[in-house]
Amino acid sequence: MLLEQFINGMTLGSIYAIVALGFTLVFGVLGIINMAHGEIFMVGAFVGVMTTGVLGWPLWLAFVASIVVTSILGYLLETFTLRPLRGKRGVSHLAPLISTIGVSILLENLSHHLFGAGNKPFRTEFAEMSIEIGSLTIYIVQIVIFVISIILMIGLSIWLSKTKAGKALRATAENLETASILGVDTKKIITLTVIIASAMGGIAGILVGMAFNSVSPQMGLAIGLKGLAIIILGGMGNVKGAMVGGLILGLSETFLVAYGDSGYRDAIAFIMIIVILLLRPQGIFGSKIAEGR
Amino acid sequence: MLKLTNVQTFYGQIQALKGIDLEVPEGQIITLLGANGAGKSTTMKTIAGLLKPKKGSIEFLGENVTGLRPDQLLRKGIALVPEGRAILSSMTVLENLEMGAYHRKDKGVKEDIENVMQRFPILFERQTQLAGTLSGGQQQMLAIARALLSKPKLLLLDEPSMGLAPLIVSEIFAIIKEIKETGTTVLLVEQNAKQALKIADFGYVMETGKIIIEGKSADLLTDSRIVEAYLGRKSTKVQEEVQDEGISASKQV
Repeated sequence: MLLEQFINGMTLGSIYAIVALGFTLVFGVLGIINMAHGEIFMVGAFVGVMTTGVLGWPLWLAFVASIVVTSILGYLLETFTLRPLRGKRGVSHLAPLISTIGVSILLENLSHHLFGAGNKPFRTEFAEMSIEIGSLTIYIVQIVIFVISIILMIGLSIWLSKTKAGKALRATAENLETASILGVDTKKIITLTVIIASAMGGIAGILVGMAFNSVSPQMGLAIGLKGLAIIILGGMGNVKGAMVGGLILGLSETFLVAYGDSGYRDAIAFIMIIVILLLRPQGIFGSKIAEGR
Repeated sequence: MLKLTNVQTFYGQIQALKGIDLEVPEGQIITLLGANGAGKSTTMKTIAGLLKPKKGSIEFLGENVTGLRPDQLLRKGIALVPEGRAILSSMTVLENLEMGAYHRKDKGVKEDIENVMQRFPILFERQTQLAGTLSGGQQQMLAIARALLSKPKLLLLDEPSMGLAPLIVSEIFAIIKEIKETGTTVLLVEQNAKQALKIADFGYVMETGKIIIEGKSADLLTDSRIVEAYLGRKSTKVQEEVQDEGISASKQV
């Protein structure tokens, strides 16, 4: 029982981590909270539902479609709602935040209009398949989610620490001006960051659809707020913090539902924010001194 | 090599540069002196592309480069070591050096990094440490080494001696001389007027956004106006006071 709940928690947590990574990447580079991230995630989930359910595509192709669609959304988000506000005199630093909220409302209503308000089931061919080890039941879908999430996290970490573009992204995140005098085309890196973050949101959308077997236009807000809670927990803009924070939230939610009161499930994230802000305002992995920004 | 003609830069409504004419010939060290707020750093930032001039033109190697982005200018051969060093403190020393060679695609990067580490053994020892853990002098070495790895034709050094102990300061100046000997042209902004003029070929003095005096370093060293304002008249004590004031004033900014 305990081990089963642990597996459930890790599965959920790894999805949360992917969502939070999208938030933290954008925050790290641009210093803004992308309130549209949750809705981009929701669109990714719907692309999964449509391609697998309606068109009957295989799951891997659904992932590809979702990545493509959310990447394009990320590109549009950066080009039309973030870039025009950047570096202009007289633009409030809150303007990009408001602008992303606008995008999130647009996306939510658009999918309302296109897909209806209700929940859509997300069917995968192996939804009911499970393996039993002794008394332990593990669903295949859980393994798939966990493996994809872990690959994504490891892949992102390696990309950030080993590749030239990854290093340029980190340099840009630390200090835009410094990165630019070192020869980094910061405009390009920012666009790339928003695209990668959005694509991760799209992947997470399908994973959530698989995990909960349902998708709705409202799912973006809830998961978006949780993603926000996670990056506050882990440290704003911190990649490791987003991963660990996601796993912590996933595990605590699962254990609360299993051993406590399931009614408080969604409160956990916000209780955590309150506690962490009181005890360690910079987050678990955040540094005390604000560097640069 | 570099030629500024009537360059005017604004911060919003405030005009920081009121028409700068300045020339940097190839292979020399040119120094830009002046009190805080004179516009030295603004001049450097304008040359490096971090600020865009409202009027005037900047020519580099016979090409008009006015208004280009910093990354484009770096590719043309202008590297800036900004005031305050601008170390990437959450990246390791080695990663900082690698970022210095970011735009290069040739095979020699690895070898050049090794050479730089040989020149600055402290960077070799600390290569896996986060750059933020280095001392001020070490960070300055790292900043200069990082800029050199881009293989610049013109190196812009903005107050490299700021806030450093006297022994380190002389080391920095020795390094600047070395850089010149390897064929890189240097434009140096300094509070430390005497030492700057000693290694420079030519100097400009700025005041409130304008160049007020220019001349060969040897002449400037004995120019009464400069001696009075920047070098200290009789004792070196006055000079030190001027420096200290300069440092504390710039910290307030």
